[in-house]
Amino acid sequence: MHSLTIHELQEKMKSGEVSSTQLTQSVFSRIDAVEDRVHSYIRLLKEEALAAAALADENIKKGDIQPLTGIPIALKDIVCTKGIPTTCGSHILHNFVPPYNATVVEKLRDAGAVFVGKANMDEFAMGSSTETSYFGPTRNPWDLERIPGGSSGGSATAVAADECIASIGSDTGGSIRQPAALCGIVGLKPTYGRVSRFGLIAFASSLDQIGPFTKDVEDCAIMMNVLAGYDPKESTSVQADVPDYRQFIGRDIQGWKIGIPREYFIDGIDPEVSAAVKKTIDVVQKCGGECVDITLPHTQYSVAVYYIIAPAEASSNLARYDGVRYAFRTADARDLAEMYEKTRMQGFGAEVKRRIMIGTYALSAGYYDAYYGKASQVRALIRRDFDEAFQKCDVILTPTTPTPAFKIGEKTDDPLQMYLSDIFTISANLAGIPGISVPCGFTAAGLPIGVQFLAGHFEEGKLLQVASAYEKSAAIEKRRPTL
Amino acid sequence: MEFETVIGLEVHAQMLTDTKIFCSCSTKFGGAPNSHTCPVCLGMPGVLPVLNKKVVEYGMKMALATHCTINPSNSFARKNYFYPDLPKGYQISQYAYPLAEHGHILIDSNGEQKKIGITRIHMEEDAGKLIHDENNPSSYVDLNRTGVPLIEIVGEPDIRSPEDAAEYLKRLHEILVYLEICDGNMEEGSFRCDANVSIRPVGQKEFGTRTELKNMNSFRNVQRALEYEVKRQQYLVENGQKIVQETRLWDDAQGTTNPMRSKEEAHDYRYFPDPDLVPVMVDEAWIAKIREELPELPIAKRERFIKEYQIPAYDAGVLTAEKPLAEYYEDVVKLCGKPKQASNWVMGDVLRFLNEDKRDIRQCPISARSLADMIKLIEEGAISGKMAKDVISDMYQTGKTPQEIIAEKGLVQITDEGELVKTITAIIDASPKQLADYRGGKEKLFGFFVGQVMKATQGKANPQLVNDLLKKMLA
Repeated sequence: MHSLTIHELQEKMKSGEVSSTQLTQSVFSRIDAVEDRVHSYIRLLKEEALAAAALADENIKKGDIQPLTGIPIALKDIVCTKGIPTTCGSHILHNFVPPYNATVVEKLRDAGAVFVGKANMDEFAMGSSTETSYFGPTRNPWDLERIPGGSSGGSATAVAADECIASIGSDTGGSIRQPAALCGIVGLKPTYGRVSRFGLIAFASSLDQIGPFTKDVEDCAIMMNVLAGYDPKESTSVQADVPDYRQFIGRDIQGWKIGIPREYFIDGIDPEVSAAVKKTIDVVQKCGGECVDITLPHTQYSVAVYYIIAPAEASSNLARYDGVRYAFRTADARDLAEMYEKTRMQGFGAEVKRRIMIGTYALSAGYYDAYYGKASQVRALIRRDFDEAFQKCDVILTPTTPTPAFKIGEKTDDPLQMYLSDIFTISANLAGIPGISVPCGFTAAGLPIGVQFLAGHFEEGKLLQVASAYEKSAAIEKRRPTL
Repeated sequence: MEFETVIGLEVHAQMLTDTKIFCSCSTKFGGAPNSHTCPVCLGMPGVLPVLNKKVVEYGMKMALATHCTINPSNSFARKNYFYPDLPKGYQISQYAYPLAEHGHILIDSNGEQKKIGITRIHMEEDAGKLIHDENNPSSYVDLNRTGVPLIEIVGEPDIRSPEDAAEYLKRLHEILVYLEICDGNMEEGSFRCDANVSIRPVGQKEFGTRTELKNMNSFRNVQRALEYEVKRQQYLVENGQKIVQETRLWDDAQGTTNPMRSKEEAHDYRYFPDPDLVPVMVDEAWIAKIREELPELPIAKRERFIKEYQIPAYDAGVLTAEKPLAEYYEDVVKLCGKPKQASNWVMGDVLRFLNEDKRDIRQCPISARSLADMIKLIEEGAISGKMAKDVISDMYQTGKTPQEIIAEKGLVQITDEGELVKTITAIIDASPKQLADYRGGKEKLFGFFVGQVMKATQGKANPQLVNDLLKKMLA
């Protein structure tokens, strides 16, 4: 039961074949069976979930059925949940209990969702492997020796390992799409401004977006219907019409132009990944898509630009964790300066400290123009590359990641190698455009591979349409991880 | 060597909005600590700022009133530093793209009108307050003030004396209060000033090394601090010593300025655009709407009073110093039609009563209508000016109308000629010596007879009539 999709389960619940309580119990028994090995969650909410499921069952009986009524959903521990600890994977917030809900949490709750738990993540979403979590790493259900991707690793594995039906992640440089690819599921990063950031603990405010992880593309559309929309609590939220995303499911892509950016098919990309993505191109063409060669010349600077802008914003966003008002404060400080120093020294992990230092440096007097200023200019060029590319094509197709899941510990001592695992996803955040990762095959060793589609601002519908058309025709083997 | 003083002032003015700049918490002063706070102004994780449009409009009012150019696209930046009264670890302010720039105001400098430039006006949020426990090595944080809207008005270094600095501040203060965008309370910190000051030999173009002065909470203290600092800098230069560029705190009790610990000012604020806020777009229509809402400003009002009411510049200055006073005065004039008399009574008796009681005009028990009625009663001859002095005092004490007081005390002026002739005849008969002396040329004895008549009538006699009758009857 726990391996079904939202739309399958909704039918079963409507018909009375399955109750939300049965489904939720099934999910928790699955969690009991596999969580020890995978470690998707920082905190489980079994009691609350069963209460919510019972309420959902009553509502179903009354005929009050919302888009997600009774569906067990996992939340990345970066979205604030009223009265429930929200840690952001960090020691410094290990005991923080928000007195408010993130807007997406309210929306999901109002849509009838049952919250299973708070999913593990890289500390403050800084990482590509979920290894920097204060609560220990999450393991890839396809190979427990390997990382699940990150930073939303727990949200991805919870879906891949059937520890929930769908989940919420956040994507600052690829943190939804990359783990979705490495775990063999669907993950979508919406347009910047499409989904409210209110209550999302900020990493890099101009790049962060919340999005869904699902088992198939239709579920992704269902989740987007709930998540998308203007929020008056966020100034950067955009007042644009939200279509019914489900209408894009099952539509063909006859005559669509599929942009293939030459800069994304580079040396150093894993041959199995390369082969799988090339096969995807064939399938998309069979679906009626026409491939066009496009160029995104400033892509080569994406990682460099990102690793200035994101840490710069983070250095400021994370200044509030000073031990003064809430959460962790060092036990032994003699004066204010020492309280700050020790609280932050003991509260933050190594990767977070590294990025705070990089960001502080990039914004310092005398360096601002050379780093942050220059990066902002190049960012504008990257955005322009995409604007120009979308004059020539409907969507862009790229690999999601350069390699399949790597081994735990393999890149922890080499931050630069780690940063490069987001090379294909980062530019979408810099440009603010939406992107989706869809499974496109497996390596010989049985590791999932993902393909990424990108579209222009607020064109999530196009992404869902091409992804659903591809999903239907590709006939990717329906494998489940063996746990 | 002769020195010239160069002063530039930075003013922070709290905006009189009901709610804070980025959340809907109250801006009221004096609540229980941390009672006017929410997750947004407490800087909790994941919360976001949403700009209060009123703050932009108030800022625009000040910009227009000071002849600034409003930037059609202005935006917020983060000023990063750690301090317990700053919950987010950064202050949201404006940096590269302020609300408005390139303005000026006019001040009176020793009788001459002088233009003082305004570099820029920008919006920002206020910080909280720390309360230090004297018996305990700990401090308490009150974040009620956090996020209260401020505008910072940065002045050009156009000021050349401490007196002019105080004058400039008074004019800025007056405009802010007139616009009803700031309560101007300096003690509560609604209007704060920092001063940059340097000296240079007369004729030299380059500025000298400047110091920044803080902690002055009245116009008088700004002037005193600047006077002290100018003397201090002159002493250093004359004795071959160097002026250090630093921030100095005014010590009111000692009457001196002292350097702030250098550690506290060694900041690199790492300004960068705030990614949580979008640029504020201001179009011509919005500016026009705000311009229409602007009240008559103090300078314009002063000039109009001089012209329209034919009152001296000094009177006009006093009467327009505060908008409610000017309104009161104009109401009185409208009701009695006697601008000069109204000015005399308002500036004389009314302001004296209020000053004695430390009240302002809005708390005045004498309504504009009562004062106008009293002036009319004098004009009509119903009471004398001398009687009016007592009447207005009673009006102030009791809040009663002049008619009520006159009726209660029987204070009706004697204008009956026959009655007065009788009184005067009796006085002349009783004072043969004075009469003889007067007729013999001692003209100043006329006053003696007036006094006698007033005494006999308990001051109720119509003075003009007494004069006329006495002239005839003594001749």
